Amino acid sequence: MSGELVVTHNWFVRVVGKLGRNVLGIVSWLGDMASITTSSLALIFAPPWQGRHVVLQLYALGVGSFIIIAITGAFTGMVLSLQGYYTLAKFGSESLLGSAVALSIIRELGPVLGALMLVGRAGSSITAEIGIMRVTEQLDALQMMAVNPRARIILPRIVAITIATPLLVSMFDIIGLGAGYVVGVEMLGVNAGAFTGEMVAKILPEDLYAGWVKAVVFGFLVGSVCTYMGYRAVPTTEGVAKATTQAVVIGSVGILMMDYILTSFFL
Amino acid sequence: MIRSEKLTRRFGDVTALDQTDVSIREHAITVIMGGSGSGKTTLLRLLAALDIPTSGSVWFDGDDLAQVSSKRLYELRARMGMVFQYSALLNSLNVYDNVAFPLHEHTKLDESVIRTVVSMKLEQVGLRGFEHLMPSELSGGMAKRVAFARALAMDPEVVFFDEPTSGLDPISAGVVTTLIHDLTQKTKMTSIVVTHDVQAGLAIADHVILLWQGKVIAEGTADEIRQSTDERVSQFIEGRPDGPIPFSRSTTPYIDDLLHSSGGVNS
Ligand SMILES: Nc1ncnc2c1ncn2[C@@H]1O[C@H](COP(=O)(O)OP(=O)(O)O)[C@@H](O)[C@H]1O
Ligand SMILES: [Mg+2]
Repeated sequence: MSGELVVTHNWFVRVVGKLGRNVLGIVSWLGDMASITTSSLALIFAPPWQGRHVVLQLYALGVGSFIIIAITGAFTGMVLSLQGYYTLAKFGSESLLGSAVALSIIRELGPVLGALMLVGRAGSSITAEIGIMRVTEQLDALQMMAVNPRARIILPRIVAITIATPLLVSMFDIIGLGAGYVVGVEMLGVNAGAFTGEMVAKILPEDLYAGWVKAVVFGFLVGSVCTYMGYRAVPTTEGVAKATTQAVVIGSVGILMMDYILTSFFL
Repeated sequence: MIRSEKLTRRFGDVTALDQTDVSIREHAITVIMGGSGSGKTTLLRLLAALDIPTSGSVWFDGDDLAQVSSKRLYELRARMGMVFQYSALLNSLNVYDNVAFPLHEHTKLDESVIRTVVSMKLEQVGLRGFEHLMPSELSGGMAKRVAFARALAMDPEVVFFDEPTSGLDPISAGVVTTLIHDLTQKTKMTSIVVTHDVQAGLAIADHVILLWQGKVIAEGTADEIRQSTDERVSQFIEGRPDGPIPFSRSTTPYIDDLLHSSGGVNS
């Protein structure tokens, strides 16, 4: 056997081996996350009832994310209107601006950009908060006081962010449409009746439905990824910092991948 | 009342605890001592059922903590309290709500009754009047005492202490050790203290367990430990750097490392 062959063989084995290990790693990571998430959610039916903590989390999420969602919504609507006008004017169909802006926001940009903002704002703070509770042994302290941290800490956060995301995304949509209207009608001079008429005529219930389904799914995804990353953070300060970054990256990529899957369902 | 049987815990290749049999004296202070990395925290977490052994059992009266259902474990937890190394106060709650936390969770007592109990527990640790402070406003010694008050809230039979004096100034450390001693006598509770602080440990111990590399190397009253003729015991008690306990925990001879390192870091 020639030396070259052996080297090629080793190289092949190394690459396949590494690939296999990575795939196994991702699969076991996903499995662990699914098990933590489902075991936490299963506790929704077990006493004690965590309703109060869900409401507290909802309130914190809503207040904490309102401004950022409003600002992103407004600028998204404005840019869409401006860009859409520029394109549509070339074909002399400025009157379609209302529906173009509305469809892009409701079906696509509202849920995706809204959820991306939520990973950065709410998701990262969830991971950091739970990670710090891990480092400072607060999760163990809860265990010792016979309070299940999955029921008390993980469950309310996943439920709250799953409820909050469609609400915040709807707000994103409304503010985005309003801002789009201001730019299109007040600044660029599109006929007000045409803008709103087109908008109302072209938005179907399916479009609203698609947007909300996306928002709910993204909210759930952000909730499970971000609580999981905090819960399993390596219990050191660097561990929590790393987990927080990873939660944002994984959450964002997850949203975009899930968006493709959902969009292909709804089209 | 608490007893371990052939208790073993491995983390990957590291055997943190190796076939350990210990039995905890009721209504007394058992101090678990040993150098850093000797397995003290691992043993304490296993005794408190915060971790699951690789093999062996922990008996809490008639229950094997490694086998009990989580429902039963939550019942047993009502009889245990723990003071964590970094206090582990819930940082979103003030001192009052931290101490009242187990009472709010597990009793239906009137708030006025809870207020009385909290005052009483805080009085016992000398911190009555500090109810309104947040954990971030407490010194290390105060946080430790609040954690102590919280551990006592449900009048537990057993209280676990992980390194109760580490990170404290000598005066605070003295206060905390005295508290452990006095309250154990007064309330007839069973205390299990993990520490590497030889003097403080021997001063309050009714029973000492000395760990070395995951094994019990000596057991007895403080005097028996002081008078031990075992070289490892006297080296630890006197804090000598040379003796049978190696200064370096390297597992491969230095010369091997030197010879191998020329070929690269991977072996
Ligand atoms: N979660 C863990 N993961 C990996 N190794 C651990 C873990 N906990 C403890 N160990 C290892 O087990 C040994 C005993 O640790 P520990 O019980 O914390 O010792 P001590 O409290 O006496 O300093 C050490 O070698 C430590 O590195
Ligand atoms: Mg330790």
